Amino acid sequence: MSPLKKRRSVLRSDGLQTLISSLLCIILGLAVGYLVLLLINAAGAWDATMAIVKNFFKFTKAETRMKNFGLTLAKTAPLLMCSLSVLFAYKVGLFNIGAAGQYTAGVCAALIFALHPNFLWPWWACLLVAVAAGAILGAICGALRAYCNVNVVISGIMLNWITLYLTNWVLAWVKNPASPYTKELRSVNTSALIPSMGLEKFFNNKNVTISVVLVLLIAVVIWIILKKTKFGYELKATGNNLHAAKYCGMKENRNIILTMVIAGALAAAGAGLFYLAGIEEWSTTQSAVPGMGFNGIAVAFLGGLNPLGAILSSYFIQHITTAGGYVNLQVYSAQISDFISSMIIYLCAFVGFFKMFINLRLDKGEERKARKAALLASTEEGGADE
Amino acid sequence: MSANYAIEMLNITKRFPGIIANDNITLRLKHGEIHALLGENGAGKSTLMSVLFGLYKPEEGKILMDGKEVRIDDPNDANRLGIGMVHQHFKLVECFSVLDNIILGVEPNKMGFLQKEQAREKVVALSEKYGLHVDPDAMIEDITVGMQQRTEILKMLYRENNILIFDEPTAVLTPQEIDELMHIMRNLTQEGKSILFITHKLNEIMAVADTCSVLRKGKYIGTVDVAGTTKEELSRMMVGRDVDFIVHKDEAKPTDVVLSVEKLSVSSKGHSKKAVNNVSFKVRAGEIVCIAGIDGNGQTELVYGLTGLLPVKDGAVIMDGKDITQLAIRKRNVGGLSHIPEDRHKYGLVMDYSLEDNLILQRYFEPRFVNNFGFMRRKNIRNYANDLIEQYDVRSGQGAVTPARSMSGGNQQKAIIAREIDKDPQLLIAVQPTRGLDVGAIEYIHSQIVAQRDKNKAVLLVSLELDEVMALSDRILVMYEGEIVGELDPKTTTVEELGLYMAGAKREAREV
Ligand SMILES: Nc1ncnc2c1ncn2[C@@H]1O[C@H](COP(=O)(O)OP(=O)(O)OP(=O)(O)O)[C@@H](O)[C@H]1O
Ligand SMILES: [Mg+2]
Repeated sequence: MSPLKKRRSVLRSDGLQTLISSLLCIILGLAVGYLVLLLINAAGAWDATMAIVKNFFKFTKAETRMKNFGLTLAKTAPLLMCSLSVLFAYKVGLFNIGAAGQYTAGVCAALIFALHPNFLWPWWACLLVAVAAGAILGAICGALRAYCNVNVVISGIMLNWITLYLTNWVLAWVKNPASPYTKELRSVNTSALIPSMGLEKFFNNKNVTISVVLVLLIAVVIWIILKKTKFGYELKATGNNLHAAKYCGMKENRNIILTMVIAGALAAAGAGLFYLAGIEEWSTTQSAVPGMGFNGIAVAFLGGLNPLGAILSSYFIQHITTAGGYVNLQVYSAQISDFISSMIIYLCAFVGFFKMFINLRLDKGEERKARKAALLASTEEGGADE
Repeated sequence: MSANYAIEMLNITKRFPGIIANDNITLRLKHGEIHALLGENGAGKSTLMSVLFGLYKPEEGKILMDGKEVRIDDPNDANRLGIGMVHQHFKLVECFSVLDNIILGVEPNKMGFLQKEQAREKVVALSEKYGLHVDPDAMIEDITVGMQQRTEILKMLYRENNILIFDEPTAVLTPQEIDELMHIMRNLTQEGKSILFITHKLNEIMAVADTCSVLRKGKYIGTVDVAGTTKEELSRMMVGRDVDFIVHKDEAKPTDVVLSVEKLSVSSKGHSKKAVNNVSFKVRAGEIVCIAGIDGNGQTELVYGLTGLLPVKDGAVIMDGKDITQLAIRKRNVGGLSHIPEDRHKYGLVMDYSLEDNLILQRYFEPRFVNNFGFMRRKNIRNYANDLIEQYDVRSGQGAVTPARSMSGGNQQKAIIAREIDKDPQLLIAVQPTRGLDVGAIEYIHSQIVAQRDKNKAVLLVSLELDEVMALSDRILVMYEGEIVGELDPKTTTVEELGLYMAGAKREAREV
């Protein structure tokens, strides 16, 4: 080994690099957003940008702050799950655009078993069927890919539509007679509400449940699976080089299907954890799958395709999305926060670029040091010879 | 007097994480000469050429062309200056035709509309002029490596490059194709083009090169006139010691049959035509059996059939008395089969994995490397990898954690060989095992293969190189058009006779 090998700079660590790069993207995204706001209406631009950055911090009362922080957290949970679904599939080289459909399937299964008078199941049972529903959808995509070589993007998009209309049809059985929305969980079946174990009091917000904690645990588990286990080793090898995976006897078809099953289960679990918290109802006249699945794609990439990164990025995206409601609507339209978050998401593409930039700087630094060391060594050698 | 030189690379230094790939190297290429570049695996040859082609930016040094300093920041600059390169691992678009690949980036057009006919004429004319036979409309994924190579050469000629860089062009060619290539190279220099030629085969250097520069571990060792030197001297310059070109082995003592192939037929990819037709043979423990033949005569499919990468159409494969014809690949591998694949990038390596993760590719599931809960035992993996790296002298910038992608071609190959031989298999199937290795490494790998035999293991070797076939094997089976047309004893046969069988001019009726 060359003498150059020595303690590596902490900046070389991939996780830290991703973090720094993502932060740079976010700052740039906000800056661009600010510039656009300036163009639309210079007077309110700063206030609006600050409103988006601040979100619940704008409230002066600690209680209200906590309450709104809790809301943001509760909405982060499903987004994180969708992004985990996307990034997990991505490790085997599959682009799970079907996360939106799997999420929808999760909503369908969870709500029908929670609300239908024939079932009225408790929350954990509803959550399990939701997970199963997503897993089945994932399995279909995976099997089509493995045995018929159908691209998962195509099958995913098709299944998104199929699932959406099936869900609208099925959930019409449990809808409120007076509106297109499903009945309120809180009034029909309280056992189907995910318990809050005191979090409700802490945040002073009944929407905050153990979902918030569960999704964090799941993210860590996914990280461990990918990074530390044999299963993760196989999945990444399959994603990286299918031929080599086959050559060394990995069951590549089984791995593809299994990955999609897990991806589907993750997205659907997100749906269950959100809808069973009783925060929102499903509108049975909905004409598109929820954006959650698609936002999951962006979140996954902003998080550098790392489950731990996804925790931060999903919170951040949800933070600015929720904050969009606080922008002065007299001056700007409510979509402005969507605009800024999409700006940031576009800039996510630069995460890799920034990483490269950091590495380049480090290389330069190391070279300089190495050159100095070499120079020193050669003069010392010269001295010893004399 | 520097105007005599087509290219001068002066004091080039290029560093990668953990390694100085080029350390203050100076190289001068004369007009109209073939200049060979020689050096061990990882010595920095490809890196130096990539610097000339604008793929890497050196930290120090400058490049002169016809005595004037030039800036080469990217391959476009190189192209403008008339520098072309055939890479060690080809850079062709698989799902494009030969013609499309050749004109890629310099498409002739009229107001934005492609003028393909014009391009086709030019390509056909060039291919006739230089005897570079290609089918312009064939898809890259369907053609042999030899033809891909010719496509790469045509690409340079189409761009009217004058400085041609060949990075190990002969590693993937058959002996016949190599002769053709040498001939073409000579013709090119007669037209005033200058050639930089990387190869590990000293015979080729002696045959075509005018001068030869030697690198060792990133440093420049010297430049010699080929006419005034010998193979021995060159190899000494390169590895710093005498290299033994003769494989030392005793008489083989074959014992039990390990592999028995019975009336095997395998279809070739996508065709109903049988690539392997009714082939039968046996390999015993303690012997090295070699399948010789011209590339494309079914050797690849035969090996894929034996290892399970392609389904078998008919017949049986018996290993250690067990029928493994339909067995899963993992079961074969665990059951004592090792396979050094022909295509190291396609099958042999996970390029984005580190060296250590590639070294455990065939045994990551063993209790040694994974605990009962499915967690990888990173410490054991590191130790195991470091042992193999040391034993097989796998050189890389950062040791066990080096990404496989950033390793030199020869060291990637050494990693695969280390992994497969270290499994201590009952049956080792080695396809072109020494492709792209330097003479020192070849010496070591050959001795390892012989050692495997002497441990009473069976070895099935597939090689296109007659020297290797003659030196290593105890028995030679010649394959021609999917069938085995002869069995020869390397001690009594001659290269000429072998050639006749390989060309299909001679065949014998065999009893197995
Ligand atoms: N892109 C890269 N990133 C990091 N290290 C690299 C990169 N390319 C080459 N190296 C390192 O530089 C050294 C020289 O590599 P190079 O490919 O030039 O060797 P080579 O002389 O062509 O060897 P071979 O005969 O095996 O092809 C090797 O140790 C390799 O690990
Ligand atoms: Mg090389």
